[in-house]
Amino acid sequence: MSEYFAMGGYAAYVWPAYAVTLVMLVATLAATLLGLRRREAMVKALEAARAPRGARRASPANEPTLSTAATAATPAESGAQ
Amino acid sequence: MNRFANPTRFLRVASAVLPWSAGITALTLTAGFVLALLVSPPDYQQGEAVRIMYVHVPAAWMSMFVYGNMAIAAAVGLVWKHPLADLFSKAAAPIGAGFTAVCLITGSMWGAPMWGTWWVWDARLTSVLILFFLYLGYIALVNAFDDENRGTAAGNVLLLVGAVNIPIIKFSVDWWNTLHQPSSVSRLGAPAVDGSMLLPLLVMVIGFTAYFITVVLLRLRSEILQRKIQSIRFTEQTHS
Repeated sequence: MSEYFAMGGYAAYVWPAYAVTLVMLVATLAATLLGLRRREAMVKALEAARAPRGARRASPANEPTLSTAATAATPAESGAQ
Repeated sequence: MNRFANPTRFLRVASAVLPWSAGITALTLTAGFVLALLVSPPDYQQGEAVRIMYVHVPAAWMSMFVYGNMAIAAAVGLVWKHPLADLFSKAAAPIGAGFTAVCLITGSMWGAPMWGTWWVWDARLTSVLILFFLYLGYIALVNAFDDENRGTAAGNVLLLVGAVNIPIIKFSVDWWNTLHQPSSVSRLGAPAVDGSMLLPLLVMVIGFTAYFITVVLLRLRSEILQRKIQSIRFTEQTHS
């Protein structure tokens, strides 16, 4: 077993080479997944902050009296998403 | 090609591809590491040090493959203003830089026992070092502009100019006599590598390629989300 890990005397070169490769593969994947999660959470938060408009849009359309006065966004604008 | 310019359609295709590419990555990389470290024989001249080849050579090929793809995407982005082409280069650059770094570092670790030196300023090593700096320069350049479109346009020009380096890397070992050995796999006639070493090498190459496809799709998804975040913020600013 220890003979295997000695790599015929080249252990000091072979194992670090594989370690560097594995670290790069894992670190790049991890950074990618972390960034993806962060942006997914950000999109969710931004869309949640905007949700009331969508809720108003879902309400009966022929009662424009209160809702149009309260919001700057018209259904046409918020429908652009 | 324009069918994939639509981010929504692209995301749907990416979601269908991702489980497959991720599965193939896991399988082939596991098999590749087992074959490279346990199954393949030691070299009659280099002994066990030859095992460095199985990570060094695929990383070197990927460093050029990824750059080639980015250069093509740069041309597509500049000519047709294809939005996903710009995002592709941004997504791929850090992966390509990683492969190039692995290629340089493992090459040093192979050179030290076999050549008796960690580094030599010959054409092959120097041109790969330039490739590494091209990746870093591209990443720095696209992030240096407030206007993202100007950043990617400048980055695309850099990618196209830097593409001249790829054939220099490829043929440097044939044009100049150096410590680095010439091509032994992709050459006219049969490869000069025995099947027992060629198999782990090819499995590793498939694994690295599948890894690249998987990670670049995830990064593209992330870049599309970033664009979405910016557009939501932009509409909120203009409406308030």
